Amino acid sequence: MDWFWLVPALPLAGFLVLFVTEGKLPDKVVAFVGAGSVGLAALVALGVGWQFVASGQSSFSLPLWTWIAVGDFTPSITLYLDSLSLVMTGVITGVGFLIHLYATGYMWQDHEEPKGYSRFFAYMNLFVFAMLMLVLGDNLLTLFLGWEGVGLCSYLLIGFYHRDPANGYAARKAFVVTRVGDTLMALGLFLLFWEFKTLEMQAILAEAGSLTPGMATAVGLLLLGGAVGKSAQVPLQTWLPDAMAGPTPVSALIHAATMVTAGVYLIARMQDVYLLSADAQHVVAVVGLVTLLISSFTALTQTDIKRILAYSTMSQIGYMFMALGVGAWSAAIFHLMTHAFFKALLFLASGSVILALHHEQDIFKMGGLWKKLPIPFWSMAIGSAALVALPFTSGFASKDAILLTAYDNGGWLYWGGGALAAGMTALYTTRMMIVTFFGRSKTEPHDDSKANMWLPLVVLGILSIGGGWFGIAVLDDLLGPIKSFSHFTPLALVTIAVPLLGVLVGWLVFSGRVNVSAVVESGLGNGLRRYWHGGWGFDWVYDRVFVKPFVAMARINKNDVVDLVFRITAALARGLHYIGALTQTGRLRWYAANLGLGLVLVLLIVLEVL
Amino acid sequence: MILAVVLLLLAAGVLAWASERFVGANAPRVVSVLAFAVGLAWAISEWLGGPAATGLYAAQHIEWIPRFGISVALSMDGLSLLMVALTMFLGIIAVVSSWDEIETGHGFFQFNILWVMAGVVGVFTAMDLFLFFFFWEVMLIPMYFLIAIWGHENKGYASMKFFLFTQISGLLMLLAILALVFVHFRSSGEITFSYEKLLGADVDPAIAMWLMLGFFAAFATKLPSVPVHTWLPDAHTQAPTAGSVILAGILLKTGAYGLIRIAVPLFPQASMDFSFWAMLLGVVSILYGGFMAFSQSDFKRLVAYSSIAHMGFILIGVYAFNEVGLQGAIVTMVAHGFSTAALFMMAGALQHRLHTREMSRMGGLWVHAPRMGVMTLFFVVASVGMPGLGNFVGEFLALLGAFGKNVPLAVAATVGIVVAAVYGLYLMQRSFQGTPNPDVAAMPDFGARDMSVMILMAGALVWVGVYPQPVLELAGATIATLGVLP
Repeated sequence: MDWFWLVPALPLAGFLVLFVTEGKLPDKVVAFVGAGSVGLAALVALGVGWQFVASGQSSFSLPLWTWIAVGDFTPSITLYLDSLSLVMTGVITGVGFLIHLYATGYMWQDHEEPKGYSRFFAYMNLFVFAMLMLVLGDNLLTLFLGWEGVGLCSYLLIGFYHRDPANGYAARKAFVVTRVGDTLMALGLFLLFWEFKTLEMQAILAEAGSLTPGMATAVGLLLLGGAVGKSAQVPLQTWLPDAMAGPTPVSALIHAATMVTAGVYLIARMQDVYLLSADAQHVVAVVGLVTLLISSFTALTQTDIKRILAYSTMSQIGYMFMALGVGAWSAAIFHLMTHAFFKALLFLASGSVILALHHEQDIFKMGGLWKKLPIPFWSMAIGSAALVALPFTSGFASKDAILLTAYDNGGWLYWGGGALAAGMTALYTTRMMIVTFFGRSKTEPHDDSKANMWLPLVVLGILSIGGGWFGIAVLDDLLGPIKSFSHFTPLALVTIAVPLLGVLVGWLVFSGRVNVSAVVESGLGNGLRRYWHGGWGFDWVYDRVFVKPFVAMARINKNDVVDLVFRITAALARGLHYIGALTQTGRLRWYAANLGLGLVLVLLIVLEVL
Repeated sequence: MILAVVLLLLAAGVLAWASERFVGANAPRVVSVLAFAVGLAWAISEWLGGPAATGLYAAQHIEWIPRFGISVALSMDGLSLLMVALTMFLGIIAVVSSWDEIETGHGFFQFNILWVMAGVVGVFTAMDLFLFFFFWEVMLIPMYFLIAIWGHENKGYASMKFFLFTQISGLLMLLAILALVFVHFRSSGEITFSYEKLLGADVDPAIAMWLMLGFFAAFATKLPSVPVHTWLPDAHTQAPTAGSVILAGILLKTGAYGLIRIAVPLFPQASMDFSFWAMLLGVVSILYGGFMAFSQSDFKRLVAYSSIAHMGFILIGVYAFNEVGLQGAIVTMVAHGFSTAALFMMAGALQHRLHTREMSRMGGLWVHAPRMGVMTLFFVVASVGMPGLGNFVGEFLALLGAFGKNVPLAVAATVGIVVAAVYGLYLMQRSFQGTPNPDVAAMPDFGARDMSVMILMAGALVWVGVYPQPVLELAGATIATLGVLP
């Protein structure tokens, strides 16, 4: 397994090749390097994973070099493989490769950017490298390296079409908002270091028991701060919908399958710390619950297909956070994996639709596409079924596991919230499918996608269905027991029935069989819809509380108020100089008169007359 | 050898000045580059040769004014070597980067650059406070000329401001030096300016605090720290590119070096008592500097203010009084030298091409000059503190050290990394991204010479970012001998 370092090294090499050649390579070579490096990494990962599982070891470390050594602080660059990082590596390289392959076709027709094809794959390869460092680092500093690296690539790829200032704004928003979380996470790292004198995760976890409950809560909450930023959870979720400005494969890879689940990975990795603090765990669960509810309602009101999927991603990650909060660690990772399959599928399929409609993203300008775009349609249908958690899909297996554990460990509230959001998920997904693919055709599609684009859809479609069986069969062993549907308790039945009900209602409403316009158009209905559409007012508040005051103060203080002190001093000196200079007239009579007057004045003072 | 190197730079200055008349306009630049290259080669060979048993790479001691205990005592330990090597490296970079920028007075220009750098090398190696002060002043005058003669539209104001700030704070240091020598004379009966001897001076704590503040004033002004930072945006903005590179890359570091070498070791207890306030100034510098950077519309001025924010990390690192923090400060000195110097070169290159520094007259420049765009992006990302690049190592260590000393201040300082992201990406957006500015029809991209300079700087940052161990070891040897850590 010593060649394990090749897994992150291959995408890095891909990046370097594309970077150094400055876009001079022919596009075909770029595609080969860009997708090939990730594909090779996936193959190596598969081989290493096979060896690892066969060896029966519980973990494997590959030290590369000492990064920094100052006194007690000696973080090294060491790759650490265990079942958790193995699953993550599989998802990143496997799904990552499929998305890269798709992107070779998706970006092909994109001539908006000169040399954009090469730049795109350079960033994508760098992203895969950073994401692998994030999950393979054995200490928190290496994790932080990957953590910031994926943030950078996310920024670069959201703003890929950099000529449109709106994209730049979205990119900066994503970077800055997640950086707020990163700041909290950095503080968590500082706290851990001064507590344990190391940032090596296994060492910390082994000694986590020595933490006082207060300290465990502090660490847990600070790390959670980083996690909510990266994973777009309340209250740092506002960047994700805007991040859809990036090309669709980026949304699939970074903003659905991998980077946004980094927070879930972090908390699952540090679970022993959370186990020491019921408070911190509770906050994790509540964050998840609030996010999954808020975003599923918002998704119902969006009209941009990618924004619907973005809110849906937030909501699905909310499920994972809730699972982490109630201690269903393995179920959370299971859902992370299945979500990576079906959400990547949904994004890529929607990308095919968008491309076929010449970059149209408004679902109300689509319609009637199901016959004309069969592969995207069936892919979307399969992805939607998994998202909605219809029985026999992977999404069903993992979401069911979360809801059942939430009930066992958390009680009615978490189960009820999760089930309600599951119903909403069914509703908005049905809306998306019906409006996009059925009804009257509004735009004529133009689909000429090649095998490199439809093949990933097929593979992801198979995984979206079958991934659940793999999870139950393999992850249960690797990660720990996953609660799965076993027999028909009333609770299990309701959990299954809610999504079906949601689909039914959605079908009735959005195919026009039941007219609800009276409710929707009423004052309250309209108000709620607008409120939800705006993402529950978070952006509005942040804009007024943080952004506007900061910008306004910056504008007022452009000339640096501190410099005023020195400018006034200089002005005073200049003023005195001017007054003094007035006496220098060069006229002898004036000097003589002054001399006389001064003499009289001095005499008067000396003689105490004055 | 150290004196020889200082004299070499001084002599090269005279030669460069003279060569313009006798050889041609190109000769001064060549002389300059050669002198720095020799200096760099010397520093590297000393480094590779390893230190002597004393821990010093080179040392020299010549009596100068024996009556007052003043001598030409120069020595180079790990920290000095690091800074000297950085000086020589950036010297080459500064000359190469302003190859085409200077149009008049080539000879005198190079003379000033070489003399500034000679002063800097002296400051980094002086082991005698009188000599230290001497070199401190030697740095000042040529820098004043560089800004006053080759500066931009407001050069008179900026150069005078730079001169006055440095001179007045330098006078406070001179007073503190003289007072320290006097106090030491009263207790020991020996008049000496020797750094080693004064280290052991027995100073009353109340007096020590005042003397320490005298040194601190000079070094904090040079660094600079808020509230005595306001000379820097003007000086940097007005200076020619080479001047900005030297100013940001090296001259600011003499302030940091002074704190580490002189202010803290001479007055450990007073510094310790003062540490809260020094760290507070650091935090204010980080946040206010970052905030001010965001409010600028001038590319160069923005980078100048960002320097103030970065120097704040040095203050909190030094006054954290632990090894992690101190190492963080030193790595920041090195990394900031590369990243900010590169950004100033970029500002210079933009001004050369567009005849403006105003970002409102830029926008979408990536389209015309993708290489410049990529390199700007790289150095912005470095200065934002991306792990894997040098600035991250420095700032993370400084913050980590500060956290061990004072949690609330460290928390406030950490907020600075968000502010850095705000102004850094804003710079990138307004210059290279966004809708291409219709006023800019075309702009030549970097050629091979500029690119090789940029890649050297970028490579240095990657090296410090992923394998900072050589830097840490050099600095670590010095830290161990300073004896300031509890």
